[in-house]
Formats: sequence, C-alpha cells, structure tokens
Amino acid sequence: MANVTLRNVRKTYPGGFEAIKGVNVDVGDGQFCVLVGPSGCGKSTLLRMVAGLETVTGGEIDIGGRVVNQVEPADRDIAMVFQNYALYPHMSVFNNMAYGLRNRGMKEAEIKTRVEEAARVLELSAMLERKPRQLSGGQRQRVAMGRAIVRQPKVFLFDEPLSNLDAKLRIAMRVEIRKLQRRLKTTSVYVTHDQLEAMTLADILVVMNGGQVEQIGNPLAIYEKPATTFVASFIGAPPMNLMSMRTEEIKSQLGGSAGEAGILGIRPEDFVITDQTPAGGVALPLTIEAIERVGAETFIYGSRAQDEQRVAATPGELPPGEVIVRIPGTEAPAIGEKIRVAAVRQKLHLFSGDGRTRIEA
Amino acid sequence: MQKQAIFQSKLLPYALVAPQLAIVLIFFYWPAVQAVIQSFLLQDAFGLSTSFVWFENYVELLSDPAYFETIVRTFFFSFAIAASSLSVALLLAVMADKPMRGGAVYRTLLIWPYAVAPPVVGVLWVFMLHPSLGVLSRYLRAAGIEWNPLLDGNQAATLVILAAAWKQISYNFLFFLAGLASIPKSVLEAAAIDGARPMRRFWTVTFPLLSPTIFFLLVVNIVYAFFDTFGIIDTMTRGGPGKSTETLVYKVYNDGLIGGNLGSSAAQSVILMVMVIVLTGIQFRFVERKVTY
Amino acid sequence: MVEQEGFRRYIAHIILWIGIAIVAFPVYVAFVASTQDNALIANGQMSLLPGGHFFEVYYQTIFVGTSGSTREPVGNMMLNSLVMALAIAIGKIAISIISAYAIVYFRFPFRMPIFWIIFITLMLPVEVRIYPTYKIVADLHMLDSYAGLALPLIASATATLLFRQFFMTVPDELLEASRIDGAGPLRFFWDTLLPLSRTNMAALFVILFILGWNQYLWPLLITTRDDMQTIQIGIRKMMTTNDALTEWPIVMATAVLAMLPPVFVVVAMQKLFVRGLVETEK
Repeated sequence: MANVTLRNVRKTYPGGFEAIKGVNVDVGDGQFCVLVGPSGCGKSTLLRMVAGLETVTGGEIDIGGRVVNQVEPADRDIAMVFQNYALYPHMSVFNNMAYGLRNRGMKEAEIKTRVEEAARVLELSAMLERKPRQLSGGQRQRVAMGRAIVRQPKVFLFDEPLSNLDAKLRIAMRVEIRKLQRRLKTTSVYVTHDQLEAMTLADILVVMNGGQVEQIGNPLAIYEKPATTFVASFIGAPPMNLMSMRTEEIKSQLGGSAGEAGILGIRPEDFVITDQTPAGGVALPLTIEAIERVGAETFIYGSRAQDEQRVAATPGELPPGEVIVRIPGTEAPAIGEKIRVAAVRQKLHLFSGDGRTRIEA
Repeated sequence: MQKQAIFQSKLLPYALVAPQLAIVLIFFYWPAVQAVIQSFLLQDAFGLSTSFVWFENYVELLSDPAYFETIVRTFFFSFAIAASSLSVALLLAVMADKPMRGGAVYRTLLIWPYAVAPPVVGVLWVFMLHPSLGVLSRYLRAAGIEWNPLLDGNQAATLVILAAAWKQISYNFLFFLAGLASIPKSVLEAAAIDGARPMRRFWTVTFPLLSPTIFFLLVVNIVYAFFDTFGIIDTMTRGGPGKSTETLVYKVYNDGLIGGNLGSSAAQSVILMVMVIVLTGIQFRFVERKVTY
Repeated sequence: MVEQEGFRRYIAHIILWIGIAIVAFPVYVAFVASTQDNALIANGQMSLLPGGHFFEVYYQTIFVGTSGSTREPVGNMMLNSLVMALAIAIGKIAISIISAYAIVYFRFPFRMPIFWIIFITLMLPVEVRIYPTYKIVADLHMLDSYAGLALPLIASATATLLFRQFFMTVPDELLEASRIDGAGPLRFFWDTLLPLSRTNMAALFVILFILGWNQYLWPLLITTRDDMQTIQIGIRKMMTTNDALTEWPIVMATAVLAMLPPVFVVVAMQKLFVRGLVETEK
C-alpha cells in the first residue's frame, strides 16, 4: 500500500514539445485518482510516466515514499491495465496472468493460488485455458484486470481500460472496477476522457488541459465549484452555459462587485422556467430553437435574440447566443415558443474575463 | 519507421545485427567491390600480370556486336517468357476464380511446378523434345517439322522459352488468383447490371483492375528470365547452338569460367548490377504508387 | 452470377484440365522414363505408359548412382541438398529475425545506415557477383564445404524486411506490458515476439527451403568433389556424357527425386507456401 506523489513533474520531448508542464498531485494510500481531460491533454503521458514507460524530464515521481524516476517499470511495484488490454495473444488466460509472477521467480504453487483466486473474483475460472482470441471484449478486459490483480502491486494504473467496450458493458465494468478497488484498497490512478466515468469512479479527480492541471479535488466539489471555465464546461453534461458579462442585460441584473466578473456560468440543470427574477440571480428571455426529449428530462436549446456574443469554451461549445436548459420530462414546451428562464444567486458561477480564475462573490 | 516503445541497451542491438552485417559485408559488398575493381583491370593471356586499364573492358564490351546481340536476345527471351507465361496463367486464373466444385484441387494441381528447380525443368524439356529420343519429337517429325534444337538455334531458343515459361505459370497463376480475389464482387455485379456480358466485363472491368498485378508480375518475370533461366539453359543447351541461347548471365559465367576473361566478365557483372538496380527501382516506384493508390 | 451456370462452367473445367495436363505432362514423361529400359529410350521407342523397372532403377539411383566414372549415389546428393537447404532456410531466418528485432526495437547510433546496408543487398543477386564471391569463399577455404554452400546465400534483405514489417504491426503495449511484467529485451523476444512470429517464420521457411533446395549456379561453382554435389548439380553431370551413353532412366529418376521434396512441401503446406510467396514479394 502506498501513496503516489507527483512533484512538479515535467515532460519535454526532444523536439521541444512540452507535454507535461509541471504537475503536482498527491494520491493518498488506497485512494482512487482519476485523470480526466480532452485527448492530447497529457493525461496518458502522465500515467505512462508513473508506470515508467516514459522518462521524466523534470520533477519527481514518488511511489510509497521512494522516488522512482530512474526505476524500471518492472521494479516500481505497479500493475497496468492497457486500453487495448495488451494480452499476450499466444498465451492462455492462466499464463497471461502468471507471466509477470514467473518473471519474478515466484513458486508455481503460489502462482496457481493467486491466479485461481483472481480468476474466481473476476469470474474467469472456466476460461483459464483459453487463448485471448477466444474471449469476448468484456472477458479480455477482465483478464487484463486479473493480470494486474495477481501481482498484488502497490499501485494499479488504468489507461482508458473501458473505452474499447460497448456502452452497456462499460457501465457494468465501471461498477466492477470500483467495487474491486474498494475491496483490495489498492491505490489507483485511472485515465479517461469520459467525464461521467471520471465523476463516478474518483476519490480524487484531476482535470487536465494542455499539459497542466486545471483543478484537483473531490468530484462533487469540482462539479459545484469549477475553478476555471475549462473545468466548468468539461465536467457536467450537457456543459455549463457560459455567457459574456459584457451583455448589459445580465450586468444590470447582477449588480455590485459581481458585475465586474468577465464570464457568467449557469448549468442547464440550474435553470427554471419562471416569470420571476430571483433576488441577486439572473433571468433570460429565450426563444426555443430545438428540443431533445430523453424521457426523464428534456433539454431545451434556446437563443437569446439580443445577445451579441457568447464566450467560446471548448469542449461542448455552443453556437453564440445559445443556452441549454434542462427541465423535467413532464413539461412540454414547443419549438418557437418564447420563454423566460431564471437561476438563483447560489447557482451562478463567475469567472474572470480570461476564464482562468473563479470569482467568489 | 520506428516504434515508440523500445528497449534501452548500448551493446545488445549491435550484437543482434552483427551476424547479418558480417555476412552481408563479406559475401555481398566485398565481392561487389571486387567486381567493380576487376572490371577496370586487364590480365595478360597467361594470368601473370594485371594492369589497370580504366574503361577499356567496358568500351570493348559495348563496342562488341556480339555483346549487343546478347542484350537484345536476353530482352527478347524475357518478354517472350513473360508474355506467354502471363497469358496462360491469366486464362487459368480467370477460370479457376469462378466459384466451382473442386476449386481447391485445381489450385493445388496448378501451383506445384513452382517447386521444380530450373535445371530439372531443363532436363524434363530437353528429354521430351530431344531430337532422337524425345516423345514429342516423334509427333513433330510426323507433322513434317525438321526438329533438331541441338543444331537449329531458333528451335533451341523456342525450347528454352517454352521450358522457362512453363515453370513460371504456377507463380503467375497464384498472383493472378490473389489479384482477382481482391477485385470486389460488387463492381462486377454492377457491370453485369449495366449490361456488360462476361467477355466485355473481363476486358472493361477485371483487366484494368488487374493492371497493378500484371505490371508487378511483368517485372518479376523479367528478373526471373534474366537470372533463374541460368539453370534451364545450362542443362538444356549450354547457350548453344552457337550463341543462340546465351543470355547475359550465361555469358558472364561462360566468359569468366570457360573463356577465363575475368576483366570482361567483371565488367558484364557490373552492367548487370546496374540493370538489376534499375529494375528493382522501377518495381519500388511501382510498389510506392500502389500503396498511395 | 446467373450466366456462370451451365455451359460456361464446363468450359472452365475443360480449360483448367488442359492447363493441368500441360503442367503435368513433362513430369509424367520423366516418371514414365524412369521406369523403363534405357535401350528402349535411347532408340526413341519409349512408351508413354510406365514400365516395369521402377524398383531396380530407383534402387540404383539412390544407392549406387550411374555406371560412369563419376558415380555418386543420388541418396548422398539429396543429403547434401537437404543440409544446404536447411542451413540456408534456418540461417536466414535466424540472422534476419534478430537483426530486424534490433532495428525495430532499439535506437542506436548507425541504426539507419545498417538498415540500408542490409536493404541494398536486395539488388545484388548472387549471379551478378559470382566470381569475386567464389574467390572470397576460396580464400576462406570454404570450397566443397557446407559453410561455403550456405553462407553466401544466407544474408537476405527480404527476410529482414518481412520481419521488420511484422514487428511494426505488433502493438507497442505488448512490449510495455512485458516490461511491467519484468521481462527484459531478450526475454520479451523469446517469450512474446518469437511465438507471435511463428506463422511468419513457417511461411518463410517453406519458401526458403524450396529456394535453397533448388540452388544451382552457386553449388555448381564451389563444389568440385563428387561427394559434395547437390542433386541439381548431379543431374547436370549425368547428362554431360555423350548422349548415347546417358543413362536416361537414372537421369529421370534423379529428376523425379529432385522434385519430390520441394513439391511435397508446396502441396502439404500450401497455405504457408502461398502466404510466404506473397509476403516475400511485397
């Protein structure tokens, strides 16, 4: 059991490209840390640096109180689950799990006990003699997990382990992984680009963008108080509505010091359709342009006619002037209808004009 | 060009490439350099002294009408072998490509001659068409043909071409089958719906789509005719009668071994090397085009 | 398609059988000749049906050889051919796979120059450099030896390129997983890469065995001793004598014996053979 600590970790490629620009993360013993971000944000690189598959060009990686920058992957006492599973195609399920143990010179009897125990937990006992190609996607994924478990490592590393599965299986395996990790209490670092996976799995969520950490914290805390507009639009689906504060209409409603902020954010789920304007909150007149009915809830895509611009925010960017509103599935608005939506003061998120700082007002 | 995931080791990679590098340097580069050097040297009749003569061997060679004839002959052989073998193989492949009972059996029965060695091919054919004892010669004589490839240069050349083409049928057949299999059935079905009859479909759809395979096989067959016919010629005609079946490679062998003219033989080797490089170059250009296309 | 039913199908069958007949006829003639009496053949009276001398001729061919002065049992020649073919096939695969491994899985100074040095040998077939190569082999005292027969034919850019191409398709994660599982470069090669290359090696082996068995020009040059002859050279020597003295049944039996192993390999391992042929030509 061990902590994983990254101190000002950097990765600069020989060509000069800076993939990781100084990352500090502290994962406590037994915690489940999820690195999330859009593709190219450096999350996989960072994980591979923890694994020892990429060299570290600056800072320190500390696993269980030992700086491992120069330690071979095999000697870091970690196990990794790859996106494509990387099972040895010519070895049986049993040998796939046993290989790492044999390389370490473990006794055959002990190997057998461990592999069979892992197979039992993962419900693979009937398939130990099969080759990977005879398994379904979900079974292969479990073998990859089994290969990590039998090692009883200090740290599990997961590199988008569920992204090759279909949607249904992905949700099932997500739950499995979480249950397993709770039971084994092994410190884990998990990379994903799926914010839902990140929210549901993480004890500590690390949102990354452009080789830097945007925000670290408990998933709900991040959802409730995103530190930047990037985090605000990345965490939560559909994304938070971000509006320019230059819009006079909003400025006049908010008033006071809040009026000095550059960007206003409101989550779709925080709007209600009402004619009132809550004190200190905002109200917006909208024309309904499109409606998505998902059953339990309905999403309204409305336009603010008089709005001249909306702050561009990737990902999940909306066209200028568009606002998404979530309402219960029981309500039935119509396209073209004009409505008024409002959000209370506590549900407003204010950011500086460049979107880099959250303003608490 | 290279993997992202690699191993770090200073000496191991050198140890791993060393055996191949050693063999390549000793048995490929060193002799090739020797051939080039030798081609600039002239030995006297007794092999006692050697002098550096610049391009004299080349000049002599290229101004020799006999050498020129050999070049023309070699190319003629190449095209004759390639054309006859390719057309027979294409016909057979088109026939075998149809879904039919026994398709796999036909394939097996047609591909095995690939494994017959060129000298054996020579022996088989020379025996079959031997002027006095060949089983086929009887029929030729009965048909009133004065058949004697041991004396008649044209007949000898025909014999070499037939034998060489015979051996190459199986190779071409296999590649044509692969080429035909890669043509999407839907294209042919579309042509059929567009009213093209089978023959027309073959010439307007199948054949154009096969053209990369045909070009590839043409180059391979020419290289084959240049080099692999050596065994066939050596057991059949030894280049004779006269010089009627002497190809470039056979001449290198003949002039060097029997004539003892190492300088000229080396110059011929160098010229051959250049030809091979050009042919290989053409093939690579073609392969590149195939990849992008 | 509908049109292919019926009449056309018969035509296809007929054409294919004619093709098979053309392909098989010379070999049939050889086999028939190898079972007949020499006097009959020499008179041009050979029958197109098998004769009754099968066992006698093949016994003499394999264990005794021709009656001439350079007699050598063909059994011994076949052994020489087998040793040479196996040495070429196994040697080529062994040195090519390790050099391809080094070139793909390591980064080291002179990596690309070394690759090109190997690659360019594609353009230097043995035929264009026979005499200088002969001289080097002679200087190394390797004439009339298995090493001399096999070594100059062992270096092969084709096999190196083939393995390189295959290694490039092996997912990087396999190597990474192996590293995490504690395997070093040699162990990864042995435990993972070699087993994965099995089919490729087998396909290559089939092709290389056939090519090795069928080598002619090179053994012709460097073997002088009768007991080092390969079967392809043996055939030629049997025909050297005056036509009248050629023992045709034995020559034809030798031809049949020379064909048997490679043809057997092609027929028995057809899938591997086709794969090997297509891949080595890429």
